[in-house]
Amino acid sequence: MEAVRFDNVKYSYREDEDTFAVNGVTLSIEQGEFVAVLGRNGSGKSTLAKLINVLLEPTEGSVQVFGMDAADPDLTFEIRKNTGMVFQNPDNQTVASIVEDDVAFGPENIGVPREEIGRRIDFALDAVGMQAFRHATPNRLSGGQKQRIAIAGVLALLPKIMILDESTAMLDPRGRREVMEVVKKLNREQGMTVILITHFMDEALQADRAVVMHRGEVVMDGKPEEIFARSDELETYNLTLPRAAYICKKLRAAGMPVGEAFTAEELAEEICRSLQKA
Amino acid sequence: MLNDVTFGQYYPVRSFVHNMDPRAKIIFVIAYIVAIFLADNFFGLAAVILFLLVAVLLSRVPFGRVLRSVKMILFLVIFTAVLNLFFYAGESAYEPLLQWGIVRITWESVVNTVYLAVRLFLLVLGTSLLTLTTTPVSLTDGLESLLKPLSYIKVPVHELALIMSIALRFIPILIDETNRIVSAQKARGADFDTGGIVKRAKAMIPVLIPLLVSAFRRAEELSDAMDARCYRGSKGRTKYKKLRFTWRDLVGFFYFAALITGVVLLNVYLGGRFEFLAWILN
Repeated sequence: MEAVRFDNVKYSYREDEDTFAVNGVTLSIEQGEFVAVLGRNGSGKSTLAKLINVLLEPTEGSVQVFGMDAADPDLTFEIRKNTGMVFQNPDNQTVASIVEDDVAFGPENIGVPREEIGRRIDFALDAVGMQAFRHATPNRLSGGQKQRIAIAGVLALLPKIMILDESTAMLDPRGRREVMEVVKKLNREQGMTVILITHFMDEALQADRAVVMHRGEVVMDGKPEEIFARSDELETYNLTLPRAAYICKKLRAAGMPVGEAFTAEELAEEICRSLQKA
Repeated sequence: MLNDVTFGQYYPVRSFVHNMDPRAKIIFVIAYIVAIFLADNFFGLAAVILFLLVAVLLSRVPFGRVLRSVKMILFLVIFTAVLNLFFYAGESAYEPLLQWGIVRITWESVVNTVYLAVRLFLLVLGTSLLTLTTTPVSLTDGLESLLKPLSYIKVPVHELALIMSIALRFIPILIDETNRIVSAQKARGADFDTGGIVKRAKAMIPVLIPLLVSAFRRAEELSDAMDARCYRGSKGRTKYKKLRFTWRDLVGFFYFAALITGVVLLNVYLGGRFEFLAWILN
């Protein structure tokens, strides 16, 4: 089933100008897919995300979420219920001073009965592994923990799509790993459709599909491995390779016969193999 | 610089008073204030003090901690006491104790001054027991619930309560941010610690402006995040945490009913403070 569909979508932050943050995007995302959206700052990737859950409305073209037209104001609420969005700064998306109250915020908004909210909090906190912090205050948690709470707050709405808008950008490597683990698990175990907006290439490797944006347009779309194999093209969009792939490329340029590698393990294997051959 | 600012003065222990419903506590504080203003003689005030002492004991908050709240209003009390002592305009049944121009001290003014000071102190002590035993968040919840009837006359009670609790949530974040900005400006050679009050106030401008800008940015992101989580005001909203009255609140009800009754009876049988004065002086 098609989860998200963009039809020639254009979006401009200023009505009087012809510069489009999103410029003629046509894109289809299937339910259960894990899609990474890559692009440098200002490429329109965050704008794309906000168009999905109607925080922005397209200037031209149409956006559909599970067949619901985003332009219909009567459907806005229904679309948002189904598309959870996690933002960049964990501090700026927490409303309550106690973890469980914050997770309850979403279900309260859509009028879930009280006993059911309790069950949803349990489910959401278990899913992100934060049940032990249920009565804690978010202020004392680490960045990664705060972001997991933010994910729980979205999960409590039982969405079918999870959008992460640079949600790992402000975290340290450990927090980033924590969040990615949670997201991967949701995708694998619950079939959650994940749209991961990021500028960390290594994160994109965890996805089934990578979409590269440049100046508001989708310029590359395919399996992450395929995308990173076209390193020269990536460079024209000011994007770098994942670290292992980058080292691989440099080694090849220096005359070492290594194959493609994207993770540290693969790289180690390739280097061993080429050393054995030599 | 701002590290020791703890918001509110909540004293985290478990006690009878801590476990009471915040709505009940708010109502009891109002009852307590009514009792203070009803008490027209020193026996009444003594009764209020006795009831307060028992409440403090039950709350397991150290006496020193409760008394500390009086420091804030000490100046105010001294100021009003002095004015009252010297410029009390009421009739006096006795010879003035001191007469010097318009300054006149009478027995009545002495009694009145002591009376007023005790009242003010009791007012602050009682209300601070509320904030010592109730977190700001549950205070907000309690207020929201108590003010709910006002929403029928279109007062946005839920929205106001949400604004309050979001403000409470962002205070520590903004304090952290202020510290960061202060450090950043110090690193660039800003001087916050020398010069007169005007110079110091001016030195705060490069701190306040970035703070304001960032607060607006946070507000915008927060509103997006709230939209994304389906917030649309109080319409069709449920509440996860429900406040519940318990036997403790019933005990409190009788306790404060007894206080008010006691104070009224003392007024009726022992008369006002000046009658008491007459009784002592004659």
